Amino acid sequence: MRLAGIDIGSRSIELIVLEDGKVIHSKQAESGYNPIERVKELISDISYDKIMATGYGRGIVEVAFDFPTVTEIKAYGTGAAHLYPGVRSVLDIGGQDTKVISINEKGRVVKFEMNDKCAAGTGKFLEMIATTLGYQTHQIGSEAQKGKEGIEINSMCAVFAESEVTSLLAKGCERNDIALAIHQSVCKRAVGMIRRQNTSSPLMFAGGVANNSCMAQLLEESLGENIIVPEKPQFVGAYGAAMLAGLL
Amino acid sequence: MADYTQMWTELGLNHDNHNALLENLGNAYQSIFMTQENRPEGMSYFDFVMSEAHGLRIQELREEQEAGRKIIGSFCVFVPEEIVLAAGCTAVGLCAGADFAQEEVEKVLPRNTCSLIKSFFGFKLGKVCPYMEVSDMIVGENTCDGKKKSFEIFKDMVPNFYQMDLPQTKTPMARQMLKHEFQSFVEKLEEMTGKSISLENLKQGIATVNAKRQALRRLSMLRSADPAPISGLDALLINQIAFLDNPVRFTEKVNALCDELEIKIKENKGAKSSDAPRVVISGCPMAIPNWKIPSIIEATGAVIVGEESCIGERGQRNLTDDSANNIDGIMDSIVDRYFKIDCAVFTPNQERVNHIKEMSQQYNADGVVHYGLQFCQPYIMESFSVEKQLEKENISVLRLETDYSQEDMGQLSTRVEAFVEIIK
Ligand code: SF4
Ligand code: SF4
Repeated sequence: MRLAGIDIGSRSIELIVLEDGKVIHSKQAESGYNPIERVKELISDISYDKIMATGYGRGIVEVAFDFPTVTEIKAYGTGAAHLYPGVRSVLDIGGQDTKVISINEKGRVVKFEMNDKCAAGTGKFLEMIATTLGYQTHQIGSEAQKGKEGIEINSMCAVFAESEVTSLLAKGCERNDIALAIHQSVCKRAVGMIRRQNTSSPLMFAGGVANNSCMAQLLEESLGENIIVPEKPQFVGAYGAAMLAGLL
Repeated sequence: MADYTQMWTELGLNHDNHNALLENLGNAYQSIFMTQENRPEGMSYFDFVMSEAHGLRIQELREEQEAGRKIIGSFCVFVPEEIVLAAGCTAVGLCAGADFAQEEVEKVLPRNTCSLIKSFFGFKLGKVCPYMEVSDMIVGENTCDGKKKSFEIFKDMVPNFYQMDLPQTKTPMARQMLKHEFQSFVEKLEEMTGKSISLENLKQGIATVNAKRQALRRLSMLRSADPAPISGLDALLINQIAFLDNPVRFTEKVNALCDELEIKIKENKGAKSSDAPRVVISGCPMAIPNWKIPSIIEATGAVIVGEESCIGERGQRNLTDDSANNIDGIMDSIVDRYFKIDCAVFTPNQERVNHIKEMSQQYNADGVVHYGLQFCQPYIMESFSVEKQLEKENISVLRLETDYSQEDMGQLSTRVEAFVEIIK
């Protein structure tokens, strides 16, 4: 049986197809201005028996393609629990929001928290700052790892943080050091959310931002424990959706 | 709807604003209420009241006024309706469930004021609420700081503003103060009407209000059936209309609806499927037309089985004992009844958490959604301990904080859907 899962996020769309539990396709595309078209393209050359959609844009495909849907919270929770049985919590930092999900012994989601209407601490935020610092998005993590500690970013708001960065640059601060400070501030927010929910270990770090090695390292340091970063962290939601499609 | 333009002009409403409000309201009502399936027939009365809320009902109130009754508007369930009725007056709740004239409002209030307060300012400044305009007296109560301080500004915007002080604890001293305030309220009403309130008047007022509460109680209890015979949206609407409609007629209609629901329950017919997750909603009051969270919840397929709210059980539970045979004794019973209201402005307020637990058991809820209006300190502060205590009893809780805007609909839907997936 072929099961497909598609995660329509604000920044990117991920598609996974499983055959007898094994991944046979995994594709990613930018959401762009017309996610319905993107989804059409992504599914045009694959076949599946069942499909489930998740993510921020799940509502549009529910209408456009009549796909069954599930929230990204359940999709990430389920995906994490299948990839790493025994995992008890997930931190998902995606394009436009951050979530902390608690999972019980049976692999079921029992509680979650999402950040509020603000972009600070999300993938989009890191992208904005990378541009301000003159880095490519994928570079900012490794550049930050070369930075020295000492700068503190005070703004919790994405827009103010950006102007804070600009004024730090004007003062002559090193780009690497600023990048590190930005990562520290994102990490601090995420850890705050994790602590508030009083999650259990082990924790999986998923979502696009989990590809950022600096973030993963800082999280381990501040949590004082090892965290799990799956191989393709941005696909955990699509994977979970595919698993859930199997239950339909 | 008949043409009420002249009446609205006489009340001093702003036509453009008022038409805009009515149009929005009508559209929201259509898309939220009229699209529901399996609605009880008895809801048609409440649909009618809503459609005539600014028309026929206001005309009725004006006719009452012509016959010598005074209309008393209030914002809080602490203002005792039995006393208002005993004085030969009519009580109306001034709902404040939508943003209006926001720019005007922000000239007189800080931005970080809760939506409810901003809303009644907006209704006043935009001149769109016929209830506010028809009221002979508007009673403001000292509950949260937001209301207390905003009334200092509001009192100059309306004629005949009356301030009622309220205690913040449940000590004997506090009870004494409440009694004192209720007595002053009696005197104020007597002065307004020129008639003194008799024991008989009080007993009559209590009888009317108790009958209304009993009917609402009956409705609540019927919702413990599985499947629930009525949607949470419809039940909320009835609770909202309780503040506007003629109490005797309202009571009859609620009871007639309950008769119908009893038959539905026997036939095992529900508003939603029998596997619909059941939710109790708890927190800040939801005034007309604030249907935001309930409509998000029920759009997921879940059903709301109870409202722990002032527009809901917190406001309506407990009857007033009418057995005393002198005015002072009756006043004591009234005070006792109101003193039990477990509003979050009181401290400590453990009764409220106990009631939420009781309700979730009584109505077989799978989870509790705590609804807090942004910047509402009392309820949002309390929500942390509510969550902790309920989770200790293995009751799942989702805490939501929002306002009257539509900006966060996407986020809220995701949260609510995820919560419903958890409790399913
Ligand atoms: S929540 Fe408190 S202040 Fe508001 S209506 Fe209820 S009792 Fe009054
Ligand atoms: S919602 Fe909260 S802040 Fe607003 S009036 Fe009621 S108690 Fe006060």
